[in-house]
Amino acid sequence: MLTDLKNSRSKQFLLLFISFLLLYFFVPEDENSLLWRLPPLLKGIPLLINNFLDNLMFKWFTIPIWDPDWQMYEDKPLFRLITRSISDFLLFLIIFIREIFLGGLQTIGSLTGDSLKAYKWVYLPALPWTAVVIGLFILGYKLKGIGLALIASLGFFYVSIFGQWEPTMETLSLVLVTAPICFVLGLFFGILGYLNKKVETSLQPILNVAQTMPHFSYLVPILVLFGIGDHAGAVATIIFATPPMIRLTILGLKKISPEVVESGLMSGCNRFQLLFKVLIPTARRDILIGVNQVIMQCLAMTTIAAFIGAKGLGFNLKVALNGLKIGKAAEIGICVVIIAVVLDKLSLAWANKQKDYFANLNFYQRNKAFIFFVILTIILAIIAYFSAFFFDKGFNYLYLIPFNKGLTIAPILDAGIDWIWETFFYYLNAFNKFLITYVLFVMRDAYLGMPVISTFVLVMGAGYIIGGIRSCLIVGALILFIALSEYWNRALITAYMATFAVGISAILGIVVGSICARNEIAAKFILSVCDFFQTFPSFIYLIPVILLFGITDTSVMIAAIAYATVPATRYTVEGLRSVPPALQDAGSMSGVSNLQRLISIEFPLAFPHIMLGINQTVIFALFMVILGALIGTEDLGQIIMGCLSRPNGAGIGLTLGIFVSFICLAVDNLIRTWADERKKLLGLN
Amino acid sequence: MSQLIEEKNSTPVIKCESVYKIFGNNAQRLLENSNGQVDAKTFQESGCIVGVNNASFDVMKGEMMVVMGLSGSGKSTLLRCISRLTEATSGNIFIDGEDLLSMNNKQLIELRRNKMGMVFQSFALLPHKTVIENIAFPLQIKGMTTQDSMSKALEMVELVGLKGRENYFPRELSGGQQQRVGIARSLAVEPDIWFLDEPFSALDPLIRKEMQDEFLRLQGVLNKTIMFVTHDFDEALRLADKIAIMKDGIIEQLDTPDNIVLNPATEYVKKFTEDVPREKVLKIESIMDPYDSNNSGSKQVSKDAIIETLAESILNSKEVLTVIDNKNQIVGSLNPSKVIKVIFGK
Ligand SMILES: Nc1ncnc2c1ncn2[C@@H]1O[C@H](COP(=O)(O)OP(=O)(O)OP(=O)(O)O)[C@@H](O)[C@H]1O
Ligand SMILES: [Mg+2]
Repeated sequence: MLTDLKNSRSKQFLLLFISFLLLYFFVPEDENSLLWRLPPLLKGIPLLINNFLDNLMFKWFTIPIWDPDWQMYEDKPLFRLITRSISDFLLFLIIFIREIFLGGLQTIGSLTGDSLKAYKWVYLPALPWTAVVIGLFILGYKLKGIGLALIASLGFFYVSIFGQWEPTMETLSLVLVTAPICFVLGLFFGILGYLNKKVETSLQPILNVAQTMPHFSYLVPILVLFGIGDHAGAVATIIFATPPMIRLTILGLKKISPEVVESGLMSGCNRFQLLFKVLIPTARRDILIGVNQVIMQCLAMTTIAAFIGAKGLGFNLKVALNGLKIGKAAEIGICVVIIAVVLDKLSLAWANKQKDYFANLNFYQRNKAFIFFVILTIILAIIAYFSAFFFDKGFNYLYLIPFNKGLTIAPILDAGIDWIWETFFYYLNAFNKFLITYVLFVMRDAYLGMPVISTFVLVMGAGYIIGGIRSCLIVGALILFIALSEYWNRALITAYMATFAVGISAILGIVVGSICARNEIAAKFILSVCDFFQTFPSFIYLIPVILLFGITDTSVMIAAIAYATVPATRYTVEGLRSVPPALQDAGSMSGVSNLQRLISIEFPLAFPHIMLGINQTVIFALFMVILGALIGTEDLGQIIMGCLSRPNGAGIGLTLGIFVSFICLAVDNLIRTWADERKKLLGLN
Repeated sequence: MSQLIEEKNSTPVIKCESVYKIFGNNAQRLLENSNGQVDAKTFQESGCIVGVNNASFDVMKGEMMVVMGLSGSGKSTLLRCISRLTEATSGNIFIDGEDLLSMNNKQLIELRRNKMGMVFQSFALLPHKTVIENIAFPLQIKGMTTQDSMSKALEMVELVGLKGRENYFPRELSGGQQQRVGIARSLAVEPDIWFLDEPFSALDPLIRKEMQDEFLRLQGVLNKTIMFVTHDFDEALRLADKIAIMKDGIIEQLDTPDNIVLNPATEYVKKFTEDVPREKVLKIESIMDPYDSNNSGSKQVSKDAIIETLAESILNSKEVLTVIDNKNQIVGSLNPSKVIKVIFGK
């Protein structure tokens, strides 16, 4: 009996589940019982963080600085000076780029003093939007060909004539400033991590937490340290988008075959030469894919950074959503999607472009496209200048279509939504009510009625079965942090929503994935659909669901499911497609049916990879559930959101962010350990 | 003066004295405790892997030493110790009489830039550089100008027969062509010592044969000091001046090709040579008898000829042949029955 238990994992899990249920039903609900809820011993942590930040910002290491206005020395804390100068620097860059697209002379003024501004004739015009569109066409053509050229230019053409040019350029300027910074930082730390094992091991946990912390929780402490505005948004974006670059750099460098490194050594390279002439160029492709990731993450974060005052599409989107102007929001959402797709395609094309060493070109041939662009820009600027006389009311549509002066389809969208509401109201509402009363609330109550001891038995037991005592302790410690805080109940609500979303996403993803993996074309198709849905920021998913289900938990759940199904599907398809054809043939030869083959050969082999997909699904679902606070949920996300407008929110926001990250890490630990073990058993690597 | 040259010629280009390489954390300590008596099994139990076990040998100028052995027997590790891509755990290595292991990084880089060249099994070309750039790379690292390095590289391209493909990227070349680039790159700096770690094993048999011929031709022209790792005994026989056979890090036998075939020192070496067609290895010299003027025909054969090449004419001649050396001096006689014995019997 006991040995039986030792060998069979499913029996172990059964036993675990039974003990979980027993504890669940027999531990009474009693606020004073340790078995029911742990006391909030770690209540003080947010306060500690606040005090720490306070000290850092206002008291720590003050140095006297000459204040010209007051004509005296004033003590200023060093850290504040540092954050200030970072802010100023970022702001300068952002505004500089903005002025290229939108016009103005603030940056020039700041360099030359105000003297220039005094002259009326000094007016720095922006690039006409037509020139930017043409520029994108040329760029797209040069990078890949006519297809990309059309996508890029038509996308921005759309953005312009729909009157979103200004917010789009504001967002773009944020991306254009933050992405290169992220790239440089990521490359630097990646190389450091590759060269030095110690750096890598100490980077790893930081990266883990940074990549699993919900976007919002970054925002609050940044608000404290950097204030509100575009620069704060830029800082948040940089912190958010640098980790994947570091990861990919380390990964790319590690992938280089040792023989290539040795061949470099045998050529007599010193360390410097080895790094810059052998290692980095060899890892070029991975590094460039990192750049693509960085750009996409930057775009995603700049939209969310609207909450700490970053201008641009995100800000307008937030306003539209707050005012429940769904049609308007959808219109902006479409712009975000378009920009995401264009940036994604352009950067991927750039990453995949091979340098042409053959050609022995002269200056003109090499810079043909650029020269072309400059000439066209001048022509278009002249046209724009003269066209000013044709348009009345002071708007020059060939120069810049002002915000809200373009075409709009918002009324049509709104009418469409009204129509949907009127026609399907009964069904939608019935579905919504049913889901909320019979599924979601039941589940929520079940989670809230869970004694803390049974939660721990379940989680740590699973840890023990999967990864032995080590996993058991890691997972236990991660969860203990949350259990000892005031927010356990909130965390349970977050957990219930995430579980629900993950459950459905996993089933959907695996089913759709396995159907599509049967067939080469279907697999390709579904993967590109996944690519498409992964391009745009999570924010966007909320728009259509609010449109259909209003401001309810159902909306959040459906957005989370839609968002989290993407990785489940992708990994299922990839996992199944990577099963060696020889094994499939062997299966077919031994006369199994298609379904049998799927269940007995392909699934077990693809299982580890699919599990990694589920891991992603969990993280995605949690992110979206937290983001659901925008719509109004009652979980951790709501409090994190709330912190943004609270004077002392930083401590709580950061703590809760770390809690969410801990939930992710606990799940990650279990799934990864399991997947790795399966992989080893199957001899895959 | 001539004395000096004599002396210089007699210092081996590569000299190894009881070189050990043991992988693992406490390798150094374990080795010190074992007094040079390293047993792979006991070391493995304490978590160490023996790569090279007490290797001592000399390679003279212009000599080609082939290293053979089963997979994991430590061939690559030995080569990497001598090129100092890994640090030997103990022992001494001298390159042209200079102590390799005590060199600092700068000296090592100098040595590699000027004296050593290496060809890798998986080619190890830089994927972002073209053929010509790959070949010019070590020259540029050395500090040569682009102009000079390119013209030198172009020479190398011609030498390995890749003219017309200078601007291809490695991924646009076949395996054999890539390895030619690898060879050209390792030769570009005109090294005295040439390491080749299974350079042809990733190639298919036809191209391998072609590359071996090419290699022999190059060696005929260049006359370098070579350490060559291979799995292929035929290859070893075709190329080697002497062969080292390794097992579990130990050099079981280090000898000339015919001695290895005729007098294997251990069972392991014997297994290695069992399937080798002897007529392909042995020279006439190894089966001739002392010269007997009464019993010798007029037909002459050279003592350095490989048996296989002359087998047909010897067997047709029916009479005993006279064996001569390269100065046309008579050194022995050869009975055709011996040839029959080599080819058909044991
Ligand atoms: N970096 C390393 N760390 C630990 N052990 C190593 C390392 N490199 C090689 N070894 C071990 O040293 C032994 C000798 O390896 P080596 O690569 O020299 O074999 P080889 O004779 O070249 O084999 P092959 O013919 O497969 O190339 C092997 O048991 C190998 O596992
Ligand atoms: Mg080897």
